[in-house]
Amino acid sequence: MNWILNFIAKKPNSINVISSIVAIIMGLIFGLILMFIVNPGNALLGFWTILSGPFASTRDMGFMIFYSTPIILTGLSVAFAFRTGLFNIGATGQLTVGAFFGLYVGVHWTFLGPFHWLVAILAAAVGGGIWGGITGALKAYRNVNEVVSSIMLNYVSMYMVNLLILNTIYGGRSEALRPASTARLPVLFLDNIFPRSPINIGIFIALIVAAILHIILNYTTFGYELKSVGLSRDAAKYAGIKEKRSIVMSFLIAGAIAGIAGGVMYLVGDRTFRINEQLLEQGFTGIAIALLGLSSPIGVVFAGIFYGSILRGGDAAQRIFREEIIDIIIAVIIYFSALSLFTKQVISGYVRKKTKKDVDFAQKEGDVG
Amino acid sequence: MKAGVYMDHAVEMLNITKEFPGIKANDQVNLQLKKGEIHALLGENGAGKTTLMSILFGIYKADEGEIKVNGETVTIRNPNDANKLGIGMVHQHFKLVDRFTVLENIILGYEDTKNRVLVYEDAREKVKKLSEQYNLKVDPDAMVSDISVGHQQRVEILKMLYRDAEILILDEPTASLTPQEIDELMDILKKLAKEGKSILFISHKLKEIREIANRCTILRRGAYIDTVDVSKTTNEKLAEMMVGRKVDFSLPKEKAKPKDTVLSVKDFTVHDPVSKKEVVSNISFETKRGEILVIAGIEGNGQSELVYGITGLYGHSSGSLALNDEDITNEDIRSRSLKGISHIPEDRQKHGLVLEFPLEYNLILQSYHQEPFQRRGFLQFDVIRDHAERLIDRFDIRSGSGALSIARSMSGGNQQKAILGREIDRESDLLIAVQPTRGLDVGAIEFIHRELVNHRDNDKSVLIISYDLDEVFNLADRILVMYEGEKVGEFDPKEVSREELGLYMSGSKRSDSA
Repeated sequence: MNWILNFIAKKPNSINVISSIVAIIMGLIFGLILMFIVNPGNALLGFWTILSGPFASTRDMGFMIFYSTPIILTGLSVAFAFRTGLFNIGATGQLTVGAFFGLYVGVHWTFLGPFHWLVAILAAAVGGGIWGGITGALKAYRNVNEVVSSIMLNYVSMYMVNLLILNTIYGGRSEALRPASTARLPVLFLDNIFPRSPINIGIFIALIVAAILHIILNYTTFGYELKSVGLSRDAAKYAGIKEKRSIVMSFLIAGAIAGIAGGVMYLVGDRTFRINEQLLEQGFTGIAIALLGLSSPIGVVFAGIFYGSILRGGDAAQRIFREEIIDIIIAVIIYFSALSLFTKQVISGYVRKKTKKDVDFAQKEGDVG
Repeated sequence: MKAGVYMDHAVEMLNITKEFPGIKANDQVNLQLKKGEIHALLGENGAGKTTLMSILFGIYKADEGEIKVNGETVTIRNPNDANKLGIGMVHQHFKLVDRFTVLENIILGYEDTKNRVLVYEDAREKVKKLSEQYNLKVDPDAMVSDISVGHQQRVEILKMLYRDAEILILDEPTASLTPQEIDELMDILKKLAKEGKSILFISHKLKEIREIANRCTILRRGAYIDTVDVSKTTNEKLAEMMVGRKVDFSLPKEKAKPKDTVLSVKDFTVHDPVSKKEVVSNISFETKRGEILVIAGIEGNGQSELVYGITGLYGHSSGSLALNDEDITNEDIRSRSLKGISHIPEDRQKHGLVLEFPLEYNLILQSYHQEPFQRRGFLQFDVIRDHAERLIDRFDIRSGSGALSIARSMSGGNQQKAILGREIDRESDLLIAVQPTRGLDVGAIEFIHRELVNHRDNDKSVLIISYDLDEVFNLADRILVMYEGEKVGEFDPKEVSREELGLYMSGSKRSDSA
């Protein structure tokens, strides 16, 4: 134990990774306890299946990555907003609007040829961006709390998109039409590596977005402005930053990323947009993923892949447990994992006490909690 | 041990040591508070005064040392323990709920209930009685957000008395008060001491300490220096013990040589953006190169709003502003700043700093968008670090981890030095400083005053807003007095007395020419 404490004391930055890992372990333990309660005889087998399932074959790994992709993107959307001092609980609405924009272009604009899928993805970003921008503008110019407005807009978006789909791209049987084959995300060489899985280049899009956000937040004057506004609107205004425009920009970008998540989810061959009256869960899972990734774009990528692995593991474990039980177990694991901020506090307190060293765990800008 | 010897001590703190990351806030500090005395705790910003009091009040736990209350060793784990021992504290930043009435604030945490319903009558009686007894003039039914800072402070004091505190800690109680409110507070404290309360009074204002304190304990950079009898020592001696070197109270300053006009304000009127009330009315004046113009007045007479209007933070203004003969009335904040206005804001934590940012980021708050701090939109970290280290060195900004220290973790004086350094370093033609030394100790005040005079001597124009007459007379080459949003007089500091200026500040006199 001591060498770990000393290691943390020497390298304060390592605490972020360590606390996320501890949080994940806690989540897994709670999941295991739940399995023992439900079905003690098969608990260990089921647990092992969830952990090892995603790595059983290259096909499973393909599924894992496919599942991770939209969650990484919604996680990035929430994390980006966190870092600029905003809480984007509206990712699901932005994702829904983005999905519609993407599908509309994907179904109708067949004249675009080889650029079709790219334009459709960009359309999804535009749709999500507009939706996020509304929340941002309400906050910046009318001082409406972003949590309240984005929760309400989630429902507006759901019913609005249902209506729009019925009127423009309805395919019958409560489903939207599928996008034209040119609008589906290319698979490139990925099906050679991960055969018979639904994987496509969506994961690359997610990684590129993560890289761009990482650069914006940490290396650019634009990121400096957004973070200043998030941390202190008054000081930012004093420094001559257009703080209202910054807030709108933050939400626009967060919305666009969630919109891309919607595009990535539905610009595929084997998933259709169903008209129903439920908010899409991916937007909310993004919040947990952003917390687990401690709001860092790179952290979110790993947290998203962890989520994908548990989800794929859950597929495999359905041979042992009922589907609903699996869903509950996954939920427990994910939401306990999101306690990484809490574990970070506990660990840093413990390190200070044990090593009696002056460890400066500078709180990262935009940390929530 | 003879118990009797210690019985006349209300509080004894022995060999208290407390470390924070990078800083030893208290190092073997001793403090002995006699019953019924007013005991001052003197030290520079960051000397560890507040830390020591927070330990006594149970907010921090000491790493080493012993605390005795009324001769008995105690462990104070949290403020509730402190309350039970009869210790009360008024923090520098008040802990009041704005949307509650005075009475609700006072009873918060000590509510009386009948059948699980709040009852106020006994509490109201007790509050009224205490208020009369100590002449606190507290209105139990006023909303906290509506009452003045001085009134809020009296509410804080009443809050302690309501909890039957015998040992009262006041952390820099005069920092945000007007001169009249300070006088009232002094009277109240004397009265409290006379009634047998023991008072610990944190301050770095020698004048106040001399006025009310019996004894004074001096801390310097976390270390215990001495405890002295105030009447048996001089201000010079106290200042020297506090700062660690001889302090020069007189500011060496050559006669000003005013040159051409820098800022020209004409018929300037400012409206509060929320209440739409006119807070600055029709003001006209000019500032000159090589001159320090000080706007004097009692806080709240439109001075802050005037500065918000000049710097562009308030958009609602009429009249005209010109900088170096160029009209800037319709320019935004950024462009005014680039054209040559530096601004040391009144509220350093609200406007002056992004508290969660490291120091080096705060030092580029006004210039991050300029080369060489950025190139093609990318921050240049080497340049930013060098810049920070240069300013830290030049302005003696002290903090736990240098350029990487989070601004929030720095002491008030060092936060102010950081802002001062940032703004002076930009070499703007006009430097506006609002209350540049509020809440700072003599060492820091001396330093900041010198820098402001230097800036003037570099042929720049300096505009200062001050509510502190000592500061007004120390710095001004020309004085302008504001009352209720209007300019009521303009003076040469050599030709006006403090009393005369006070009459203008309180609105009992105004010159027709103004």
